[in-house]
Amino acid sequence: MSGRGLFGRIDWITIILYALLVFIGWINIYSTSLADQSTSIFDFTTLYGKQLYFIGLSLLGIILVLFVESNFFERFSSIFYVVSLVLLLGLFVFGKTIAGATSWYNLGFFNLQPSELAKVATALALAKFLSDIQTDIRTRKHQMYALVIILLPAFLILPQPDPGSALIYFAFFFVLFREGFPLYYLGILLFIVVLFVTTLMFGTVWVTIGMVVLTLLVYTFKKASVKIPLLPVLGVIIVSTLFSLSVNFVYENVFEQRHRDRFALWLGLEKDEDKLEEIRKTIGYNTYQSEKAIESGGFFGKGFLEGTRTKGDFVPEQHTDYIFSSVGEEWGFLGTATVVLLFSVFFLRLIYIAERQKSDFSRMYGYGVISILVFHYFINIGMVIGLLPTIGVPLPFFSYGGSGLIFFTMLLFIFLKLDSNRLKDGI
Amino acid sequence: MKKLLLSSVIVLIGFTFIGRLSYLQLFRFSPDQILDDPAIKKIYDYPERGYIYDRNGELMVGNQPAYDVMVIPREVKPLDTLEFCGLLGIEKSVFTDRMQKARTYSPRLPSVLVPQLSKEDYAKLQEKMRHYAGFYIQKRSLRYYATNSAANVLGYISEVNEWELKNNPNYVAGELKGHTGIEKQYEEVLRGRKGVKHIQKDRFNRDIGPYKNGKLDTLPEQGKEIHITLDKKLQEYGERLMHGKHGGIVAIEPKSGEILAMISGPTYDPALLVGRQRSKNYSKLHYDTISKPTWDRSILAQPSPGSPFKTLNALVGLQEGVIDEDTKVRCYHGFYVGNTLRGCHCGGGVRNMNSGIQQSCNAYFAGVFRKIYDKYRTTDEAMDAWEKHMKSFGLGNFLGTDLPTGAPGRIPDKSYYDKWYGDGRWAASTIISNSIGQGEIAATPLQLANMTAAIANRGYFYTPHVIKSIGNSGSIDPKFTEPHYTTIERKHFEPVIEGMANVYKYGTARWIQIPGVEIAGKTGTVENFIRVDGQRMQLTDHSVFVAFAPVENPQIAIAVYIENGYYGARYAGHIASLLIEKYIKGEITRKDLEKRMLEKTLEHEYAKPYSGEPFKINEYVW
Repeated sequence: MSGRGLFGRIDWITIILYALLVFIGWINIYSTSLADQSTSIFDFTTLYGKQLYFIGLSLLGIILVLFVESNFFERFSSIFYVVSLVLLLGLFVFGKTIAGATSWYNLGFFNLQPSELAKVATALALAKFLSDIQTDIRTRKHQMYALVIILLPAFLILPQPDPGSALIYFAFFFVLFREGFPLYYLGILLFIVVLFVTTLMFGTVWVTIGMVVLTLLVYTFKKASVKIPLLPVLGVIIVSTLFSLSVNFVYENVFEQRHRDRFALWLGLEKDEDKLEEIRKTIGYNTYQSEKAIESGGFFGKGFLEGTRTKGDFVPEQHTDYIFSSVGEEWGFLGTATVVLLFSVFFLRLIYIAERQKSDFSRMYGYGVISILVFHYFINIGMVIGLLPTIGVPLPFFSYGGSGLIFFTMLLFIFLKLDSNRLKDGI
Repeated sequence: MKKLLLSSVIVLIGFTFIGRLSYLQLFRFSPDQILDDPAIKKIYDYPERGYIYDRNGELMVGNQPAYDVMVIPREVKPLDTLEFCGLLGIEKSVFTDRMQKARTYSPRLPSVLVPQLSKEDYAKLQEKMRHYAGFYIQKRSLRYYATNSAANVLGYISEVNEWELKNNPNYVAGELKGHTGIEKQYEEVLRGRKGVKHIQKDRFNRDIGPYKNGKLDTLPEQGKEIHITLDKKLQEYGERLMHGKHGGIVAIEPKSGEILAMISGPTYDPALLVGRQRSKNYSKLHYDTISKPTWDRSILAQPSPGSPFKTLNALVGLQEGVIDEDTKVRCYHGFYVGNTLRGCHCGGGVRNMNSGIQQSCNAYFAGVFRKIYDKYRTTDEAMDAWEKHMKSFGLGNFLGTDLPTGAPGRIPDKSYYDKWYGDGRWAASTIISNSIGQGEIAATPLQLANMTAAIANRGYFYTPHVIKSIGNSGSIDPKFTEPHYTTIERKHFEPVIEGMANVYKYGTARWIQIPGVEIAGKTGTVENFIRVDGQRMQLTDHSVFVAFAPVENPQIAIAVYIENGYYGARYAGHIASLLIEKYIKGEITRKDLEKRMLEKTLEHEYAKPYSGEPFKINEYVW
C-alpha cells in the first residue's frame, strides 16, 4: 500500500465526469417525465424519483466495489461469468417480460436485467483469459476461445429478443485488437459493411464499376517502384462482386420487412414521398420525431422544461433510449455538443488510465469497459440523431433504468478500483 | 497503431456527431418553427365582424349568433338515434354518414355535426343536450342583414378557399372572409384581428395546458364598423321597382361622388347566403344563367349607352369650337351616310343644339360628329382628340371605385378601328354610330351615372365610391375626395344642360315629370342583339335614362338601364323619376305610376329569345 488512502489514489477526474453525466441525465429525465402537478423530486411514483433511487443504489454499489479486495474481481471472474450465463439461461424459464422482451428477473424492489450483469462478467472473463500467461492471441485456437467467451452471452441474449444488447458484445473486439488480434480482420469487416451498404444504395453494377475504377486509378497513380500483383486484386473484385450479388438476395429474402424499412429509412433508399410519409408514421416515427425535436432546439435550445415536443411526449421512449433528444430540444446545440464533448473526454481519460496499468488484466478489463461504453454511446446517439438505424440500446449514465445505471456504474468503478491499486499490483 | 485505434474511433465518432448535430440544429433549424410545431395548438378567439351602416346611420349588416352541434366521436355513448335526429332535424342516414365522417377525421377531436342551427332549434335542443354524451353546442357569429336589398354591393362572406389559405398566412381553414362586394373590399377593416392562444399539446393531440403560460397569446381586436354611402331606403325602393326587370341603376351624389344606390335586377335577399341553406341557395343563384342574379349589372353590364352619349358629343363639339349652340343641322327624318339614309325619330326639320338634345335628333349629332372630325387634318388626330375628351368623363376604363369588381366599358380608339378596318381605311362616316352612342361605345350604368354627375357638376367628378367613413376616425381613401376635371370648360355645359332640362320639360321625357322638381335628363333607346344557339337576333331595345336633379345645385345624378325596356322614357325614365322623387322629396306623389312600375314585369320580353318561336320586338304593348 502506498502512503495515500483509497481516496487519494482513485481517479477523481473520471469520477467528476461520471457524476456530471449522471446529473445531466437525471435533469433530462426530470424534464421528460415531469407531470402537470409538480411534486417532490423524491416522489418515487415518478420516473425521475425512481431514477434518483437508482442513483442511490448505484452509490451503494460504488461503495461495495471500492471496499472489496482488489484481486477479488480477477480471482472470481470465471465464476461471475458462469453465474451470468446461468442467469441468462434461467430467463427462458423464470424471466419477466417487459415490452415484448423476456429480459428481466423480478426481484420485487428491482427488476434485474442479467444481460447488463453479463457485460461486466464478460469483460472480466475476457480480461482474465487474455491476461493468462499461457494465452497467445495470435494463435487461431486462442482466437477461437476468445470469440466463444464474447459471443456465448450474445447468443443467449439474442432470442430474448434483445438484438441491441447482443450487438453490444461485438464491442469486445476492441479489446482483442488492442491485445494483438490482427487488425486486417477489422479491415475485412469494414470492407464487408461498406460493400453491403453501397450495394443497397447503388446496386451491384455500380459497386463493381466503382471497384474497377478505383483499382485502375491506383495502378495509374502508384509509384512505379510499388508492385501490386494483379491476380489477387482481381480475385478480391470477383469475390466482392459475388458478395454484392448475394446482398440483394439476403436483403430481399432473409431480412424481414421491418428490417428492410429501417434500412430504407436510414440509407434514404425510399424516394417515393408517400411511402416515406408512411414510414415516418410507422417504423421511422421515433427517429423522425427525435430528429425534429433536436432540430427544433436550434443553437440555444428552448430552455429547461420548455421543450414543447418533450412536454407533449412526441418522442416515444424519450426517458430511456431517446433521452438525448430532450437534451437537443431543451439545451440546443450547446447542450448536445457539451454532452458529446463530455463523453469523448471521459472515454479518452479512461483510455489514458487503461494504458497506464501495469497489470495486463487491469488494462484489458479497462479496454472492455471503454469498448462497451463507447459502443452504447455510438449506437444510441447515432440512432437518436438519425445516423444509424433504430437499435434499442440505452445511453450510459443518461437513460432511465435501474439495471443499466447500476451495472454501468459497477463496470466503471471496478475499473477505477483496479486502477487505484495499480502501483501495488505492479510491484 | 493498436493503442491508438480506440482513441481515434472515439474522436471520429465525436466529430461525426458534432457534424450531424450542426446540420440538424444549426443548418436545418429555423426560428419560425414554433409556427408549425405540432406540440403547440393555436386557438383563435374571433372578434365580432364590423357592422355596416348606411349613409344615414341605419344598420344594414350586423351579426347574429348561430349554433353548431359538435361531436367528439370517442366520447359518444349509445343513444336513441331516432329521437336525437328528430331534435336536430336531420335524417338518420345523414346522421350516420356524418358520424362516420367525424370519426374518420378524428375520434378525439371535435367535428361539426350540424352547422348553424337557428335560435329556435337551439332553444329546443339546449335543454336536452346533456342527455347526449359526446355532443355539445358551439356558438359562432353569422352575418345578420337588416335589409333585404343591396346583396351584390354588400357582398357575402364565406369560408376561405384553398388558394387563399396557401397565399395568405392570415387565414386558417374554416375561417370566414368577405368574398364579394364591400365585405371583400373592406375585409381587413371589418375583420378586426383575431386573438391567439397557444396551447401545449401531447402527441395524442390532447391539451395539457397553456404554452409558456400564455406569454405569446394575444387578445382579439374588434372589427371596425363602417358607414357606406348607400341610402338604404332608396336602395330598397329601387330594388322593388326593378321587380321583374333586368338591368342596373346607379345613383350618385354629384358633389361628393358618393354612390346613393346601386341596384341590379334581378337580385336576391342577402340573407339567403347565410345559415344552413347557404350552399343550396348559392347553387341556385349561381347556376341561374339566364337572369344571373349574382351578376351585378350596375357595374358589370356594358351595353352601348345610346342617346345619353349625345350630350358628350355636344360638349366635345363646343369645346373643340366646331359648333356653337346655334349651329344648325337639317334632319331629313334621318341623315345620309354616302347614299344610305340612316333613320331618325325626331320628326325632321332644322335642329340646333337645344332642340337636337330635346328631341334626340340623330341627324344633328351625326352632323356634330362629322364637324369634329373635319376640324382635323387626319382621322387619326380627330380620333385622338375625341377619345381624350370622352375618357376624361371616366369612360372607357375602370373608374377605380372601391368595389372589387367592375368593367371598363369601351371608348374605341384609332388602333381599335385600324384592327377592324385596316389602317387608313375608316373615317368619321364609318364610325358615325358613335355619334349617337351606339356602335362600338360601351359603358356600365355606373359610368353613365358618373358621366351624368360630371355634367351636373359642370365639368368634374369624384371617383364614385361606397365608403363614407371607417370606424371612429372617419377618414377614407383620399383618392375619393379629389375632383377629376373633364377636358370640357365649364361654360360649355350650360347650353347642354339647358337641352337636357328641355328633354324633361318638353322633349322625349316629358311624360315623367315630377311636380315641383326640375330635372335635366336624357333618354336612350338602345338597339341590341343576342346570340342564341348560334343565331343572331335583334331584341327589343334597351331602355336607358340618365338624369340629375335639381338642375341647379344637383343632389342626385342617376343612370337607369333596363334591358329590353324599349324606349328610354318608358321604363328607365319612369323609374328614374320615381327614385329622384323618393330621394329629393322623401315620398311619392304619383301613386298610379308607382304602382304601375312596381307591378310591371318584362319577363315576357326575356322569355322571347328562349321560346324557340319567332317573335316581334319593340311592341307598343303597355
